[in-house]
Amino acid sequence: MTVIEDLAPTPKVDVRPRGASRRERWQRRLPLLPALIYIVVVTQIPFLVTLWYSFQNYFWNIPGGAHWAGVSNYTAVFTNAAFRAALVRSVVMTAIAVIMAMILGVAFGVLLDRKFFGRGVARTLIITPFLVMPAAAALVWAGPMLDPNFGLLNWLLEPFGVNHVAWLSTHALGSVIVVMIWQWTPFMTLIVLAGLQSQPPDTLEAAKVDGAGAFATFRELTIPHLRPYIELGILLGSIYLVNTFDQVRLMTNGGPGTSTTNLPFYLYQEVNNAFDVGGAAAAGVVTVVLTIIVATFALRMFARVFQFEEAGV
Amino acid sequence: MTATTLRARSADPRRTREMAGRVGWGIVAWVVSVAFFLPVLWMVITAFKPESAAETWPPQFVFRPTLSEFSLVFSGMGPYLTHSLIATIGSTILVLLLGIPAAYALSVRPVKRWRDGLFFFISTKMLPIVAAIGPLYVIALHTHLLDSIWLLIILYTAMNLPLAIWMIRSFMLEVPSELLEAARLDGAGQIREITSVILPITTPGLVSTALICVIFAWNELFLALNLTITNAATMPMYLISSVPQEGLYIAHLSAAATVASIPVIIVGWIAQRSLVRGLSMGAIK
Repeated sequence: MTVIEDLAPTPKVDVRPRGASRRERWQRRLPLLPALIYIVVVTQIPFLVTLWYSFQNYFWNIPGGAHWAGVSNYTAVFTNAAFRAALVRSVVMTAIAVIMAMILGVAFGVLLDRKFFGRGVARTLIITPFLVMPAAAALVWAGPMLDPNFGLLNWLLEPFGVNHVAWLSTHALGSVIVVMIWQWTPFMTLIVLAGLQSQPPDTLEAAKVDGAGAFATFRELTIPHLRPYIELGILLGSIYLVNTFDQVRLMTNGGPGTSTTNLPFYLYQEVNNAFDVGGAAAAGVVTVVLTIIVATFALRMFARVFQFEEAGV
Repeated sequence: MTATTLRARSADPRRTREMAGRVGWGIVAWVVSVAFFLPVLWMVITAFKPESAAETWPPQFVFRPTLSEFSLVFSGMGPYLTHSLIATIGSTILVLLLGIPAAYALSVRPVKRWRDGLFFFISTKMLPIVAAIGPLYVIALHTHLLDSIWLLIILYTAMNLPLAIWMIRSFMLEVPSELLEAARLDGAGQIREITSVILPITTPGLVSTALICVIFAWNELFLALNLTITNAATMPMYLISSVPQEGLYIAHLSAAATVASIPVIIVGWIAQRSLVRGLSMGAIK
């Protein structure tokens, strides 16, 4: 039985007596401190340094190191059409991939929730794409699957009139998104399956007795029950997919032109090809600020999703 | 299957229809599953081809399987494999060492603002690491950690720790409070409470947490690509190096991709049941 945990009440064990002693408070804090300090140092310091460099003029390939540049890096970022385009492309890629993966995830979840011969094996097959190393997935799709001359996909589609399409040149963005969807649909399927399995069978039984059809039952009972699971899947999927880098780097290298350059790949290029540490840092700071705005909503959603407990069950 | 269907038919026509529907949907489910698995299957098949059979039109399905590409991969991947193993296992151990006490302090004997703590950890997962890659490079350069396996261990630990804390915490919340109560009455301190009560009960949970961390660390490319060159290059980078500038490479690439992916695929298959719990940070059980 699957239940989403409740964060609302204080964890069950002992309620701390009022005015607990200083010593006791530190005793509680002590086990938390190593992890907390570690995370603060490793994840926050690089961002502080990023903030510093975003006000510096600093190129890898120009000797003399960094020097103060005021807000010129920021002016450059905000007037830079390539940055804006990459930002928009990131949002579009993430949104399409997450939504499509979720639609497929619901469909597969419903299919795999029914009893049939070899269900366990079928489930194992379906989750496998998620486990394939993203770099391997990207390269295998780019070569053996999508190659215009010998790719399996063109062969499979030949009966439908598709003739040696060079997918990565003519449908680059679509191809990258397809691989993102392929890798993340299993994740959504797993979450939806967990939701379906937590549906109390007696409610479904009652609906059946009342003469409700399969579709009506699905729409009126299953979808509302699945809602928090779908929200959670979309939230987590977005967190990971917005950082998609491997597929872009290895399938299209951001091209043709800049047609598949998303924000992570753009920032990577700024540092590695343009040698512009200051400019990349400023773009990074803007990215982080945007992320914080989105993340504030996401965290609120997180808190809500984690609290629904038995309310909807 | 057929036998059951036949028997049902002689008994009751409505049941027959239900049965047929069930078999029909079962077939659909199988077709979809196999179609979804097809690219993985194709990768493995291509890995067994000689290079000349891998780039043909139409694609060849019947060929003399060979292990020559695999042996090429095995002879070339040594250092990459070692680096990947060290970075993956090292970071996973560090995650558990830091994560277990932290999860304890956020669940069993919670600190006052445990909820803020939890959300702080998860919020660090949302910061895009790509945004700081230039400065990270500079920091690594000045601390002499550039192109060192330690750097990957440190960063992978930070990458997986928030997820692990959430997950371990969800397992610790399931430890029956009577057991903790009893241990305390016996005069057990915090450390003994963790080692003799909590750890034995949560072991399966810790194992699945570790497996999730292994998956993410093993598959990571971005940081490795930016911050290592040769001394710490990992398996994903070996994959990239298996694509040459010219010449036939598809069979070789497929063999390399198969070898690089297999460990995590097996780990994932084993951890299948707890996969969803880990990926949802313990939200779904």
